[in-house]
Amino acid sequence: MKNKRLNLALWSGLLLSIFAFLSYFLIFVWFPPMRDLPLANLALFALAILLLFLGVRRAFRRDQLLRSKVAASVAASLGVLILAAFIFTFYISGRALPRSNGAPHVGQKAPEFTLTDTNNRGVTLAELLSSSQDGKPPRGVLLIFYRGYW
Amino acid sequence: MRGIQKNLALFNEAGIRPVAISVDRPDVTRDLMQKAGYSFTFLSDANVDAIKRYDLVHAGAGENGHDISRPAEFLLDSSGTVRWVNLTENYWVRARPEQILEVAKSLR
Repeated sequence: MKNKRLNLALWSGLLLSIFAFLSYFLIFVWFPPMRDLPLANLALFALAILLLFLGVRRAFRRDQLLRSKVAASVAASLGVLILAAFIFTFYISGRALPRSNGAPHVGQKAPEFTLTDTNNRGVTLAELLSSSQDGKPPRGVLLIFYRGYW
Repeated sequence: MRGIQKNLALFNEAGIRPVAISVDRPDVTRDLMQKAGYSFTFLSDANVDAIKRYDLVHAGAGENGHDISRPAEFLLDSSGTVRWVNLTENYWVRARPEQILEVAKSLR
């Protein structure tokens, strides 16, 4: 008997692996604990891979069509590739940052600079440290260097 | 930076002035601030001058191979001395506002 019913485990496994990938960048990246340690995404991937495994096992039972076996192999490979892409993005390309050994250390004076504000006015670090905010000079300045949007 | 904006009242209360720095031109930054609703100070380092001085250059990592800044945060006291640094090793892992506010308590 040929079994032509939809291989639910297989396709939901593939969809879930796509969701596991996208949800990090669309959802979890906004929640610091899940952004810093993507356990939610890795758990979703674990479930996706389990479903894909069950789907493949089903497709390779003796009475299945060749077509189902090919589809299952492709879907499972895609799922594994998506997991690999996630691991690469988070753990490899995410860590490809310069060492910055020469960055100012705790206890050192921060190097002076003059930069341009959004009104095209020059602003120095000394001004940022001394000019008043809410009527009094700040107790500290937090410099946030970011990659930018170009 | 979203976290800073969300906690801006707490930073103000702690007397901490947040200042964001990137290679973006002022007009690009103005757009970003408007779209994202950022209301603290943003500065443009289009010549990668301060970024170089702080040894934060991420060579060729920007669009068209431009040099940009790696992510980094420095908390300075009122004398300009560094009191806390975060040089994250992973682009996706960032300092949290609560951590910074905790350190800020020790500033005089």
